[in-house]
Amino acid sequence: MTAPARRRRGRAIGLLALRRLGFAVPVLLLVSFALFALAKASPFDPIERYFGVRIIGASPERIARIRENWGVDRPVVEQYLAWLRHAVAGDFGDSLSLRQPVSEVIGDRMGWTVLLVSAGFALALLLGLLLGTVAAWFAGGWLDRAITATSYTLEAAPVFWLGLAALYVFALQLRWLPGGGLTDAGEALGVGQVATHIVLPMSVLAISQAPWFVLFVRQNLLESFSQDHVVGARSRGLSDRRVVLGHALRTSLLPFLTLVGARLPELITGALLVETVFSWPGIARATVDAALNVDFALMGALTVLATAVVLLGNLIADVLYALADPRVGLDG
Amino acid sequence: MRVRHGPKIVLAAVGLLVVGCTSPDGGGGSARTGESIVIGAGSEPENLNPILGYAPDGAAKVFDGLVARDAKLQLVPALAEQVPTASADGLVWTAKLREGTRFSDGTTLSAQDVVFTFKSVLDPGTNSTIASRLDALADVTAPDDRTVEFRLRHPYAPFAQQLALGVVPRKAFDGVDVNSAPFNSAPIGTGPYTVAEWRKGDRMVLKANESYWGGAPAVKTVTVVFVADDNARATRMAAGEFDGTVLPPKLANAYRDRDGYRLVRNPSADYRGLGLPSELPLTSDPRVRLAINLGVDRQAMIDTVLAGAGKPAATPISPHLADWYEQGAVFRHDPAEAARLLDEAGWRAGADGKRSRDGQAARLPVLYPAPDVLRKELALATASDIARLGIDAPVEATTFEVMLQRQREAASVWGGGDPYDPDTAAYTLLHSRYAGQSGYVNMSLYRNPTVDAALDTGRRSLDTATRKQAYADFQRAYTADPGWVFLVFLDHTYVLRDRWTGQEQQVEPHDHGLVHAVWWNLERWTPKP
Repeated sequence: MTAPARRRRGRAIGLLALRRLGFAVPVLLLVSFALFALAKASPFDPIERYFGVRIIGASPERIARIRENWGVDRPVVEQYLAWLRHAVAGDFGDSLSLRQPVSEVIGDRMGWTVLLVSAGFALALLLGLLLGTVAAWFAGGWLDRAITATSYTLEAAPVFWLGLAALYVFALQLRWLPGGGLTDAGEALGVGQVATHIVLPMSVLAISQAPWFVLFVRQNLLESFSQDHVVGARSRGLSDRRVVLGHALRTSLLPFLTLVGARLPELITGALLVETVFSWPGIARATVDAALNVDFALMGALTVLATAVVLLGNLIADVLYALADPRVGLDG
Repeated sequence: MRVRHGPKIVLAAVGLLVVGCTSPDGGGGSARTGESIVIGAGSEPENLNPILGYAPDGAAKVFDGLVARDAKLQLVPALAEQVPTASADGLVWTAKLREGTRFSDGTTLSAQDVVFTFKSVLDPGTNSTIASRLDALADVTAPDDRTVEFRLRHPYAPFAQQLALGVVPRKAFDGVDVNSAPFNSAPIGTGPYTVAEWRKGDRMVLKANESYWGGAPAVKTVTVVFVADDNARATRMAAGEFDGTVLPPKLANAYRDRDGYRLVRNPSADYRGLGLPSELPLTSDPRVRLAINLGVDRQAMIDTVLAGAGKPAATPISPHLADWYEQGAVFRHDPAEAARLLDEAGWRAGADGKRSRDGQAARLPVLYPAPDVLRKELALATASDIARLGIDAPVEATTFEVMLQRQREAASVWGGGDPYDPDTAAYTLLHSRYAGQSGYVNMSLYRNPTVDAALDTGRRSLDTATRKQAYADFQRAYTADPGWVFLVFLDHTYVLRDRWTGQEQQVEPHDHGLVHAVWWNLERWTPKP
């Protein structure tokens, strides 16, 4: 590419990012409003959740009083606009279910989830590339069949079940690894402690996500083996190693980026279950609590956050796509 | 990732393996001395603020009330010098504070702190879940720094029971909204422990308050680890990570004869029962409601569903409340008598065994809240017993809200109960003035004038003998005309490493997280030598 062409390309990518960011605003508004409407239609009553077992016998006047304090009986549009006014100013209000400012709830927990999810995701990608390539390389052999069969089995295995099984084997029977939390009881928070405690949850998350990547890489590699540039490389007498890693794998990595974006929501669901089994103090469990408690403030903030992450993930995938392959258009 | 951390992980794993071999604790060195304890808890408190509803019945660890309870549930003085008593008309209760009590931040406790605590609960702007308990309270004042006066709207005999609520320092709330104050997760109290760390969603560490007015606790560090899932908690208990935890009876029974462990089964006033809709034509007839009570095999439910951990229930008054329980007020299991009563009420069995009256089939839907496994099993067992009487009893999973909405035509499995006073257990549940009110009061729309009169007498009289008689009358009147099928009082089961002395059995309320439960008097435990 010539220098001016590269500059034009750079500007186009910048425009794409701007356009997407502009587009993100209505999406965020729509998603957050839809959330409020859905929560309104939820069969759960936030007051009943708030009281828990103490709802039995609580006097109707007191309950009505708190309803009024919270304004949960006002029209949904009014509640949404009130929330939005504060949110735009950067104040997401107080979480009703946790009796704490939302910013504190998220601040306390977000870091742990990001750590768990990124470690698990990196491991899943690594496993996917490695095992997928090996399986395609020895396609039809016993190694390929073992990898493929295991992948299908793991795809079907519930994360929750995997987590309990890992807990049983590694924490109870073998006693190699701690069974949950961030640190041992009575230990201070430290790198060493967290490093040993993250192994099980991270591995379970990775193993539950890896099969999709393994099978995808394998399939794409097999397809690309029959494509012109690979056949050409082979016929030029290049080594298997050069052909697979240098030619076939590189081209099949592009669609891989899309899959990475698409798996993101699934990864968050997985993280939720993993956090529950291993008592990982992350945001995922707070999310479920917020939903069950119809905690508008917390749910709104988390939804906006999650939507922003997905939008950003897609944008990054598209930009990477564009950078990796100059033929990719930048129109939408 | 894997490659970079590989050696470290292997090292750590080997290290843990070595620890695992040398000491079965796994939980760090100091755990072996008994000076620290690690508790696996099934639920995490939302906050630690007594005003909002944390530990209203005492045993709060971080806080003290004016009064506390001993193992027999008798009120004993705590922050007050004596258990407060009422004026002759029952309208003014006076408490005199113990001298020189300090909060953990060093400030001295004053009567103003008590006034602030109770006024904040009553404040309409506070989202307190326990305000209803203080409905009788009109005003709180502090004539001097050591005296508190509670003025009631009407005589209310069990008022002193509500004074176990933890007292907070009013200074901590200067210019802050109680509903979201930093205090809610970093509290200051007068209690035997202080909160050293609370990592939300993971654990809470309590440290002994060395200058506690009741003497410094011998167990110096309490680590409470929050693990919601029963199976995960059982696994981590088995791995030696916890010194004690709460488990469902079936999982706890694995520790029955294990060396070094104790299986603790505590009785409770925590009932599960089926509210019978008194406005449904079928169950509007007292004979039918009595028949259902006789047709249900409570002991079989305890043996199978609860693995033996429970007691049959007839009324909301637990048999563990020896002072109040009326021996004669029970239901035997007698399906033959039940069938006779149903026949007498006009609900006769057809050729297929199904009962009907005037062409209308006998049908009673049974609802339970979907996420609750125990209630589901009880609902299924009860419905099959009811079906055996010839009444069609379809079971439906739903939510509390729907259970309430359908209170006129469906029976629902409810739960609750506390062992402190019959009034709190029965009044809002069965008094007819709450029938038809919105909210979770008198959900079965039960109306019985004799029951109303007995409950009113029991609430207003300050004379113990009169109260006892009133609650005996109440239980007899209720069992002659039952509005519910109270099924069982649950036993709460715990597994505990056998390393401490000082545990005392206390009848537990519905609530039994960190607060009540086997560790209710943790501050008085001592490590075994």
